[in-house]
Amino acid sequence: MISVHDITKTYGSQTVLNIPHLEIPKGQSFGLVGNNGAGKTTFFSLLLDLIQPSSGKILNNEVQVDVSEAWKPFTSAFIDETFLIGYLTPEEYFYFIGELRGQNKADVDALIGGFENFFHGEILGQKKYLRDLSKGNQKKVGIVASFIGSPEVVILDEPFANLDPTTQIRLKQIIKDLASNKDVTVLVSSHDLIHVTEVCERIVVLNKGEIVRDIQTSPQTLKELESFFAG
Amino acid sequence: MPYKHKGIHDPTSMLKHFFTLQWKSFFRAASFKTNLAFKILMIFMALYFILVFLSLGVGSYFIIKKQGLGDPLRVVNRFMIYYLVIDLYVRYMFQKMPILNIKPLLYMPFKKSEVVKYSLGKTVFSFFNWMHAFFFVPFSIVLLTQDYDPLAVISWHIAVMALFYCNNFLNIMMNNLDKVFYPVVALLAVFGILQYKGWFDITTYTAPVFDAFFDLPYGPVYAVIPCLLLIVLIIASFRYFRKHMYLDGGLATKHEEAKTEDFTWLNRFGNLGTFLKNDIKLIKRNKRSRTSVIMGFLFILYGLLFFTGSMEVYEGPTWGIFAGIFVSGGFLFSFGQFVPSWDSSYYPLMMSQNIQYRDYLSSKWYLIVFATVITTLLSSFYLYFGWQAYLAIVVGAIYNIGVNSYLVLWGGAYIKTPIDLTSNKKAFGDKQAFNVKTMLLTIPKLALPLLVFAAGYYLISPVAGYLAVALSGILGYVFKEQVFKLIEKIYKKEKYKTLLAYKETS
Repeated sequence: MISVHDITKTYGSQTVLNIPHLEIPKGQSFGLVGNNGAGKTTFFSLLLDLIQPSSGKILNNEVQVDVSEAWKPFTSAFIDETFLIGYLTPEEYFYFIGELRGQNKADVDALIGGFENFFHGEILGQKKYLRDLSKGNQKKVGIVASFIGSPEVVILDEPFANLDPTTQIRLKQIIKDLASNKDVTVLVSSHDLIHVTEVCERIVVLNKGEIVRDIQTSPQTLKELESFFAG
Repeated sequence: MPYKHKGIHDPTSMLKHFFTLQWKSFFRAASFKTNLAFKILMIFMALYFILVFLSLGVGSYFIIKKQGLGDPLRVVNRFMIYYLVIDLYVRYMFQKMPILNIKPLLYMPFKKSEVVKYSLGKTVFSFFNWMHAFFFVPFSIVLLTQDYDPLAVISWHIAVMALFYCNNFLNIMMNNLDKVFYPVVALLAVFGILQYKGWFDITTYTAPVFDAFFDLPYGPVYAVIPCLLLIVLIIASFRYFRKHMYLDGGLATKHEEAKTEDFTWLNRFGNLGTFLKNDIKLIKRNKRSRTSVIMGFLFILYGLLFFTGSMEVYEGPTWGIFAGIFVSGGFLFSFGQFVPSWDSSYYPLMMSQNIQYRDYLSSKWYLIVFATVITTLLSSFYLYFGWQAYLAIVVGAIYNIGVNSYLVLWGGAYIKTPIDLTSNKKAFGDKQAFNVKTMLLTIPKLALPLLVFAAGYYLISPVAGYLAVALSGILGYVFKEQVFKLIEKIYKKEKYKTLLAYKETS
């Protein structure tokens, strides 16, 4: 689904990302881990054509992302709060994204109805604009919005950060369910090794912009990762 | 030497800390260079105002005398009420609130009252306070040289200056009280019109108040009243701030109750409707955009300067077109100018969603066109000043729709300053204005239609002048498709730079 060819990103003399080759097949649940500054967000931003690669290219379902925009209809993402529109209510935001993705109100209602448990009564009908919600609740909105319109590629940057324990557990189940659909490719980054090993079939470790581990998740994976990061 | 706990009782060291903080926030600002250019320009503006005030202060006595309007002091006293209210209005719009940046200081070892004292004290040195001295000091000196009673002049002077300082503290306490503020301004405008028309003169009631500060023997006694008022206001605002210095009190950002709105009637516009709905919410729900739009509609009144003949420099038909462009283009200049910065806080979303640039730009374009048409209809009262006046506005509107609407969208691609939607303080004169490319784009926006008009008017016939401007607008409209393709290309080219710029400062 996603193939990366000789991608590099440099700022001045500093190379922040250098991936000679990476293939993410359709339907895979793909986890990206690494310390701060490892290049996780840079990679996702390149994937979404929010920054330009210094060299190389990324193909998303055969579409080169910095040349054509044809990847947009089947790709969705939640990276950070810049993906939220602060002056909308959560409902309005969901409908807005829905309209952009060709979903009518009923479609959107049906989808978000399935997340009532995840929202924990703190999102819908709150008479609050997104900008007035807490960070955790904003995140819930952003994550659920990225599921609207049956995207084939879902990109979530640090989805577990800022969430309370209950919500983290529920989110794990949501991502697992999503990943079980063999048409959906899920890309998740995280600082939390336990979460990421639980939800991803494959884990790639980035360190200073380079891939240093590429692991098919197994019962040993967590140990392996822990020993790597313990240095 | 053992550590000595002294911070909390040492106001001087605290002041030092505050000043270094202020200093660093100025020089380390992300956009320091443009900021500096902006600040230099602000200094020039300030100098300009100082000069104006100074010359008024020195000259107004003699001007009023020469015009035979009566005792200059009484005349000034008559208009004092307007001066004070306008001052309050200007402060409300532009004077920065002192409470900014004190959040991180709350848990530091300063006494809260020191922080409040510092924040309030800082406002005393604001330009908005001492600029009035440039008028009143020379004016009072002139009065003294003209053999007015020194005691009377001094007591009057002190009373009036105290009133302006009262404004300073009133403004601080009034911050964010739109509900009180706008009605007061509206009321004043009504009184102004009534007075202008000679129906009702509020100054007959207010002037004696100001005269009382001057008239002996009780002038000095009355002058104590505004001074006392000032002291009361200082204490009140100190208490007010001291009491509200909590994160969930005065420092909290106010939450409005949100209401989900559908605007289903816009659904018929398809994709375009989706964006239009959003833009309407953007304007309705954010302070900054709301102010811009209100100011845009106030441009309607700008034409009064031209068509009533009240400004001699603006006479002549060519200036009529200039007025026409502004009257019908208020929204275009105040809102359109800053596309796409309005969406800066969620630009990454817009860029990765299933959105075509074309739809995005079209929705903004339609918004501008709707607003221009509405303003043109609203300004039909200019027919009162003759059909030429309104014709100039209609022709200006056609040019705005056909040419200027593209130009603002085009210029927007180069404006890369993020907009903080929730804050009003930069609504006027932001540093965006100092972008060379956008400056160059104002030439075709304003100068070109004037030239086209003048050419038609003076070379062929008056009617040809209006026709020529309208025609260039229609011509622009005909080429809409091509122009949009071009603008789309520029937006795509600037995309990464824009994303980066919005990220840096937001």
